[in-house]
Amino acid sequence: MTHPYIPNAEPGVRAEMLAAIGASSVEEFYADIPADLRLARPLDLPEPFTAEHDLVRHMKGLFDRVTDTEEALSFLGLGCYPHYVPAVCDEVNSRSEFLTAYAGEPYEDHGRFQALFEYVSMMGELLEMDVVNVPTYDGFQAAGTALRMACRYTSRSKVLVSGAVSADKLSKLRDFLSPDVEIALAPVGEGGEISVAEFDDSFAAIYLETPNVYGVVEMRGRELADLAHAHGALLVVGADPISLGVLAPPSSYGADIACGDIQSLGMHQSYGGGHAGYIATQDHEPLVAEFPSRLFGIAPTKVPGEYGFGDVFYDRTSFALREEGKEWVGTAAALWGITAGVYLALMGPQGMRDLGETILARTRYAMDALAGSVTVLHRDAIHFREFAIEVPSSAALLDGLRARGIYGGVPLDDRTVLVCVTERHSITDIDRLAAAVQEVL
Amino acid sequence: MNTAESFAELPVAPKPPLRRFHQARWDEPIIFELSAPGRRGLAVPEPGAPLVELPETVRRAEPPKLPEMSQLHVLRHYLRLSQENLGVDLNIDVGQGTCTMKYSPKVNDRFAAAIAELHPLQHEETVQGVLEIYWRLERMLAEISGMSRVSLQPGSGSAAIYANIAMIRAYHAANGEGHRDQVITTMFSHPSNAACAKTAGYEVITLMPDADGYPDIEALRAAVGPRTAALMITNPEDTGIFNPRIREFVELVHSVGGLACYDQANANGILGITRARDAGFDLCHFNLHKTFSTPHACGGPAAGACGVSAELEPFLPGPVVTFDGAAYGMETPPHSIGKVRPFLGVTPNIVRAYAWIMAMGAEGLRQVAETAVLNNNYLMHKILQIPGASAPWDKRRVEQVRYSWQELSEETGVHSEEIGVRAADFGVHYWTSHHPYLVPEPFTLEPTESYSKEDLDEYAAILAHVASEARTDPEFVKGAPYNQSVHKIDTTSLDDPKAWAPTWRAYVRKHLS
Repeated sequence: MTHPYIPNAEPGVRAEMLAAIGASSVEEFYADIPADLRLARPLDLPEPFTAEHDLVRHMKGLFDRVTDTEEALSFLGLGCYPHYVPAVCDEVNSRSEFLTAYAGEPYEDHGRFQALFEYVSMMGELLEMDVVNVPTYDGFQAAGTALRMACRYTSRSKVLVSGAVSADKLSKLRDFLSPDVEIALAPVGEGGEISVAEFDDSFAAIYLETPNVYGVVEMRGRELADLAHAHGALLVVGADPISLGVLAPPSSYGADIACGDIQSLGMHQSYGGGHAGYIATQDHEPLVAEFPSRLFGIAPTKVPGEYGFGDVFYDRTSFALREEGKEWVGTAAALWGITAGVYLALMGPQGMRDLGETILARTRYAMDALAGSVTVLHRDAIHFREFAIEVPSSAALLDGLRARGIYGGVPLDDRTVLVCVTERHSITDIDRLAAAVQEVL
Repeated sequence: MNTAESFAELPVAPKPPLRRFHQARWDEPIIFELSAPGRRGLAVPEPGAPLVELPETVRRAEPPKLPEMSQLHVLRHYLRLSQENLGVDLNIDVGQGTCTMKYSPKVNDRFAAAIAELHPLQHEETVQGVLEIYWRLERMLAEISGMSRVSLQPGSGSAAIYANIAMIRAYHAANGEGHRDQVITTMFSHPSNAACAKTAGYEVITLMPDADGYPDIEALRAAVGPRTAALMITNPEDTGIFNPRIREFVELVHSVGGLACYDQANANGILGITRARDAGFDLCHFNLHKTFSTPHACGGPAAGACGVSAELEPFLPGPVVTFDGAAYGMETPPHSIGKVRPFLGVTPNIVRAYAWIMAMGAEGLRQVAETAVLNNNYLMHKILQIPGASAPWDKRRVEQVRYSWQELSEETGVHSEEIGVRAADFGVHYWTSHHPYLVPEPFTLEPTESYSKEDLDEYAAILAHVASEARTDPEFVKGAPYNQSVHKIDTTSLDDPKAWAPTWRAYVRKHLS
């Protein structure tokens, strides 16, 4: 049978093509591969499901053995969030023209260039910054690259990183910075905010995250910006853009680089598949020069009134200069950038504000609802979307809740659980969690 | 009753030899120009609880200046932009060489959507089906590469290259060989091999091709030594030429205690034919969005897979999936380099790649490889008949070819980039080469297995037509495009810090204020 995905596997056409080339068989094309490197047996792979229906049945059998966050009531966050995804986001990013395109020129792929330019422009408004990258892989990479940018910019090789970041993000930073950048950790104070004691002229940057890993909104951004600047260092702020309808953008209190993950802006949780990273600065040439990512900009065309696009300052990148470029650039997460643009256009200024207020209010409501049966940490701090609770045993509580159809939160350690509340969690959902926690305990 | 006078005849005449294509041209404004105060695209759930008053220090003072639009108008704007874009589903996408633009089966998109509401930190017992997909795909890629264990965590090919470098670094450090500070690569391997190695702290040595177009083995002999950490090499390289002495390359690096790392971005023509481990490689990586069919998505999300030998397993990024015969779980290897990206991997693409292999099987993959190579050699046969086109080094090619228009360009003054732009007027893509242009006036074509003979004939006919246009009317070709969403772009401002406009707000500030 000719496989449905391989038109020229049909024997007649195959013979016709070989004849046109003047080859007797495809073996001729492999003549440069030495005999001792040739695999002398078929690959040992499972029997295929060539009929599409059989494949669907096979996959369904696998998916039947998962229980997702719509079947259970989930309060899981810690870097991947169950915000509502507007239908228009899915409609746009499932279009073949975007989904199956890649790296065409700004002519036949004009749409991709404009959509990504609009994404970075809307992010720029949210962040009040003039330069935003075409997305990198995720927020982890964005933080790593932002810190490396700060090190290159200041010619220093030490950074002060907030202790209130996730262990996984710290793991990424340690690996990514390890060859030549030293990481000092800023301790977390009683109230859940970071406290900076030691700082001097050897540091390239302070990395502050807000809301931080405990969901706490950091209050001393301006103070840290002043401290960094007094020592010739930069303030790098990791911020989830979904909070910026209500929270002040990092640039407003003096951040030099903002970075983070845009999964919240219209991407499904997808078992960790919805991530993309942003990095933003002001339009300051020496700092722009440190971006590894592509930057898209407006350029005029032959015809008045037409917007053309192209790469801004391409000769920073590894595409242009190989190892002499900044870090590296490659395929990352462009479609999620386009999607986040759709999301921000749908939300507009008022939508972002409304959403932020709903999340702030429900987070506070959930903290109050649980405070009766567990210890809620950092209760006096402002929280956005997440908060930590202390319990006798994280595992026991979460097992008990799971038995009741609830994914109660992410265990940060044996006694601490991180609870996440978004606009998708109704007051009824939160009340159900509170009642179940009381039952289990 | 139709009383209009006739002006055309039946039967309809045959189609002209070349398609009369025109890309959508909506003359669409920038989205901010479509905004009107007070309009809304989405309503948000009411809080249902007391509002939280934010202190002034952290409260946003002014609303963000995002567009204000109704839902239909947001949708319409983006659908118009989508129409001004070409994807595999719409064009004969053989012109984006090295990118392996194959068909991404539609049914696999449904599978990807099926896991949309899974959170990556759910308890293992609630995600057994997805862990099984990870496990089975890891095992299948281990078989395809001959490697011992696979990590599916990296977000792309370059991220996988970086993960491999990080493992190489950790391996040498664990063996007390941290002094090794050089990585060797080749000029026709993807630039990320050089760039990731540099980012990871290594000095990079790049081997140039020899007179036959192979990476120069004498240059490698001169380069290896006690400082060698690894060789990072593609085979076949981006020229499409398979290096028959690859095992010697690996052995030379091994002889000085270095590791050999195989960039398998160009694996599509050798699936089931030859394997990384069989040539002695210690690590390799695949791009799932190339060889294993996941859609390219305008440049991601993608997915990368790192394969390693048994000696390097302890260094894999964590977690990896485990199977004890009854249940699937996760564990972080003892000397793991840590996280390359959040969570386990780009799961929608892991699901798609798994489904694709399950639709092919061993025989199907072999057919993929053989057909990709047949298609490439057939297209090469057609392209080399175009006066002015050549393929340097007169060597056999596997799945792609880096061609040259040098002769045509010298004759007409038209450059390869300009030929590509004009070719797009007929509804196709075309890519030149990574920088620097070692092959003069380059263009790189990779047909994959997805395209029919008719597709390849049409593509070659388009290039032949543009080449003849370059001879008869070079200025016309240089003025292209004519049938696109926009006309020829003046890119000079993009490198001028005073004029460049990387966002709308920068544009407004610099050019409209």
